Amino acid sequence: MKPQVNQAFKLPTNQSELSLGSSCVAGILTAVNAGWRTFKPVIDQDKCIRCLLCWVYCPEGVIGKENEKLEIDYDYCKGCGICAHECPQKAIDMVREAVK
Amino acid sequence: MTKIDKRFLSGNEAVAEGVRLCRPQVIAAYPITPQTTLVEKLSEFVADKEFPCEYMLVESEHSAMAATMGASMMGVRTFTATSSQGLLYMCEMLNFVSGSRFPVVMVNANRSTATPWNIFGDHRDAMAMRDSGWIQLYTESGQESMDTVIQAYRIAEDPRILTPVMVNLDGFSLTHTYDLVEVPDQEVVDRFLPAYQTDNKLDLKNPKSQCISIGPDFHTEIRLQQQDAMDMAKKVIADVDAQFGKEFGRSYGGLVQEYRCDDADYVLVVLGSVAGVARTVVDELRKQGEKVGVIRVRSLRPFPNEYFASLKNRFKALGVLDRNLSFGNQGGVYTETKAALFTPGNMIQTLNFIAGLGGRDITKVNIAEMFSKLKAVSEGEAENEMQFIGLRWS
Repeated sequence: MKPQVNQAFKLPTNQSELSLGSSCVAGILTAVNAGWRTFKPVIDQDKCIRCLLCWVYCPEGVIGKENEKLEIDYDYCKGCGICAHECPQKAIDMVREAVK
Repeated sequence: MTKIDKRFLSGNEAVAEGVRLCRPQVIAAYPITPQTTLVEKLSEFVADKEFPCEYMLVESEHSAMAATMGASMMGVRTFTATSSQGLLYMCEMLNFVSGSRFPVVMVNANRSTATPWNIFGDHRDAMAMRDSGWIQLYTESGQESMDTVIQAYRIAEDPRILTPVMVNLDGFSLTHTYDLVEVPDQEVVDRFLPAYQTDNKLDLKNPKSQCISIGPDFHTEIRLQQQDAMDMAKKVIADVDAQFGKEFGRSYGGLVQEYRCDDADYVLVVLGSVAGVARTVVDELRKQGEKVGVIRVRSLRPFPNEYFASLKNRFKALGVLDRNLSFGNQGGVYTETKAALFTPGNMIQTLNFIAGLGGRDITKVNIAEMFSKLKAVSEGEAENEMQFIGLRWS
């Protein structure tokens, strides 16, 4: 289970709020990280046979198998497309992200 | 009244006694001439259980500094020592330690850097590490080396500083020469230097990431933090030296130590053990009526800019003796001293003397020659700004 983004986290606003040197509080997520993506994987749940190869191959660990349907955590998916490439059912499409 | 414990010790042995009195919990070191007898002595102390300490025999200087940093990251007091090639090999880790603000104390036995291969003393090694973010102190005697190690922990571990300290001893001329050294009582040192306590450590109850990457958005502010600590260190180095004087009866001038400068016309700026010879020459020249003096820079980082800026027209000429040279420019201490002197109203003429490279003796004759050149330049004679002194041939 991924930790949730800590909404209470605030970046330092002056010199005295900086942590010392190259250290910081550990074990919290301060932001999502999905901005690298040009294409996003979309699972066609009708074609998916839940073989979990995508779950095995995903280098970011963003495919969730907790629920009945596989779910992609788009807050952290980098859009590398490995899941789509490995899927034997061709159940994952890489869909271009809307230009922001 | 406590018994005074005076012993006949080499510079390295004096440092080892000083380190023992500071009770570091981890020492990681790799032997290198002329530091070897120092770490040998320390390993004997640890083997004899003189103080509780983990002595890590590592495979290189890079590892020595990495292991020392790892131990410091656990919040314990640490020590290491090196010299020359070893210091250069540590370069990467020196920057890790200073950037992570771990108060490691290291002794560097100043030695030339290859090639030509040379095991003898000059300041090229430490000078090459000037920008590594470490405080750099230079000592003159075995006694001062021991005392400075004790002071170094107080400075490094001060919560306002948390910056590693490199204590520099001239290879052989200090590390291997014997002198009468007063070894203080453990209780007095314990009072002066309490156990190291810090929040800057790995702690399961207060988890932290260490040695993280910090991008352009906050990097400059982290560097400002390091610079602020260095600026504060100017005060702390002087304060700690003064407090040491009260407690132990010996102090060394803080950042700089003047000798017979009050009414001087010509002064020579030096680093390290050559100060003794320079003072002897000053005494001799004073008997002949020459108004000369010596300024010994004890702290190269932080550099005593304010001190030099305040000199204005106190002297007619100021020479800097460098046992190092930045090829293509001038001696390292000279360029910094000259920059610090560059203030409105400064009238002091300056010369740079390069001497003592690769362990060549700097003789009384050499020092006297430097003073005569300073006198000549202040009287309008032409002198090259930078000169090699004591060349085999001219």
